[in-house]
Amino acid sequence: MLGYVARRLLALVPVLFGVSLLVFILTAIALGDPVRAAMGQRGDPEVIAEIRREYGLDEPIWVQYGLWMGRLLRGDLGRSYHQQRPVTEIVAERFPATLRLALAAMAFAVVLGLAAGLAAAVWRGTALDALVMAGALLGISTPVFWLGLMLILVFAAGLGWFPVSGYGDGGWRHLVLPALTLGALQTGVIARMARASLLEVIGQEYIRTARAKGLAEARVLGKHALRNALLPVVTVVGIGLADLLVGAPLTETVFAWPGLGRMLVAAVGQRDLPVVMGAVLLFAVIYVVGNLLVDLAYGAIDPRLRR
Amino acid sequence: MARLIPVSGARSRSLLVGAVLVGAFGAAALLAPALAPHDPYAVPHGLEAASLRPPGGTYPLGTDLLGRDLLSRILYGARVSLGIGIGAEILAATLGVLVGLAAGFYGGRLDALLMRLTDVVMAFPSLVLAIGLMAVFQAPGLDKVFLVLVLLGWTTIARVVRAEALALKQREYVLAARALGLGDAPLIWRHLLPNAVGPLLVAATLGVAGNIVAEAGLSFLGLGAQPPTISWGAMLAEGQTFLAISPWVAIFPGLALMLTVLGINLLGDGLRDRFDPRLRI
Repeated sequence: MLGYVARRLLALVPVLFGVSLLVFILTAIALGDPVRAAMGQRGDPEVIAEIRREYGLDEPIWVQYGLWMGRLLRGDLGRSYHQQRPVTEIVAERFPATLRLALAAMAFAVVLGLAAGLAAAVWRGTALDALVMAGALLGISTPVFWLGLMLILVFAAGLGWFPVSGYGDGGWRHLVLPALTLGALQTGVIARMARASLLEVIGQEYIRTARAKGLAEARVLGKHALRNALLPVVTVVGIGLADLLVGAPLTETVFAWPGLGRMLVAAVGQRDLPVVMGAVLLFAVIYVVGNLLVDLAYGAIDPRLRR
Repeated sequence: MARLIPVSGARSRSLLVGAVLVGAFGAAALLAPALAPHDPYAVPHGLEAASLRPPGGTYPLGTDLLGRDLLSRILYGARVSLGIGIGAEILAATLGVLVGLAAGFYGGRLDALLMRLTDVVMAFPSLVLAIGLMAVFQAPGLDKVFLVLVLLGWTTIARVVRAEALALKQREYVLAARALGLGDAPLIWRHLLPNAVGPLLVAATLGVAGNIVAEAGLSFLGLGAQPPTISWGAMLAEGQTFLAISPWVAIFPGLALMLTVLGINLLGDGLRDRFDPRLRI
């Protein structure tokens, strides 16, 4: 297992290197001349030359990358043009709201997705099964921002059960609609996966054996089938959490939720490039590390995958 | 897999429903000028009376803030959605096939390099990278959305084609054909691509759905289509502003978007079952 972990960690290095290189190149293309971009047309040429030397902008591009990387590794993502303060500070402020939303969405998706998917498998071929599968397909096919609008229309503007948007004082009432919106797609994916996985397991020999020796159906399903059926679902849940962090820009914009995603969208509108690239980089790292953790968890559960 | 056979009836039904939905929106896109009851761009005289009219009468789905007919705008919007979705996917798939072939067929360093590049592009959550790329451009627009979708959309297909190429290279009949002097081009054309066509079609179909949602999402965020270009996503952004007083502006474009994506997903699911029964779930 240790060797497996080490190999997976090692495989991460070129990917993270590539990710950082891509973000660096995009920044370079977008900025043209970063100093002029930051100082505008009024910049004193001598001051500009001074700053260029200080930041190594007269150096060859690979040296610049090295310098940029060095700053990055020390946790320096640059300064926001718009807010005139470090990007790290802004990101650290926004991240908890995004994480809270993603966790709530995931909790909802796991509970409802698992329950619906497993029920559909147990009562396969019934109206319930058809209903669950249709619902899952709808969850997967409904664009997240439109779903958000429709939920606001019905449950906030119409029935008045929840606030229309915003973070409020951090209470759960503000969290419900954004979490349902962001979690809908994952709910569908998990429901489908849970159903398929349980059906697959139910067909296995050892389940037939368990039944043949007279175990009660609830025990067969609960003790023998469920445990094995949940394995593939673990993967979906893990990848899903990373995906949720990513679905955040649209959901956060619809609900005016003060997270990283909305910050990213606003920063693009303001052409605040340090913030844009900092957020993109952070999202990519979360995504890559999230996927790695899923792989490791899966390797721990199923030794065959450690090869 | 015999136990799963009862499901297959439902599956071919999903292929049919998907085809009908996609066909309907395809027809709407192609025939928009003939079907649209009003000029989708025209702002009527007497704006006050025409603005945000509820559905009914000469405006079956109501009007938007500028008094333009929503039905006509949705019909024309189908052109943008499907045009971008399918157009970008054709280019992205072509790019993916080329990358996959180069990597799988010629192997070695080129393979390593291309696959690392694929890993890196896939390491980014696609919408986030798309949003980040939009910041690189001076101003947003549909042309840039198209470019971004092509630049980000080739990875899955590259992997599929590479895997096919690697598998094919080992087969005896290919080794025999090679030994008889069959060149790369006919080998790729006659043996590799026909084998890969199933998975390719499935990946491309789902790619179209992804593109359509991404275009609508970017336009919703104000990073895609700019006025006067019609986009379902941009219409939804306007719809959110007037959600409480005129919900139809948000309901109908989104419904069109959802039904289109649903149709394409159904089509993709059905195709996957047809080409790869092992994945039938």
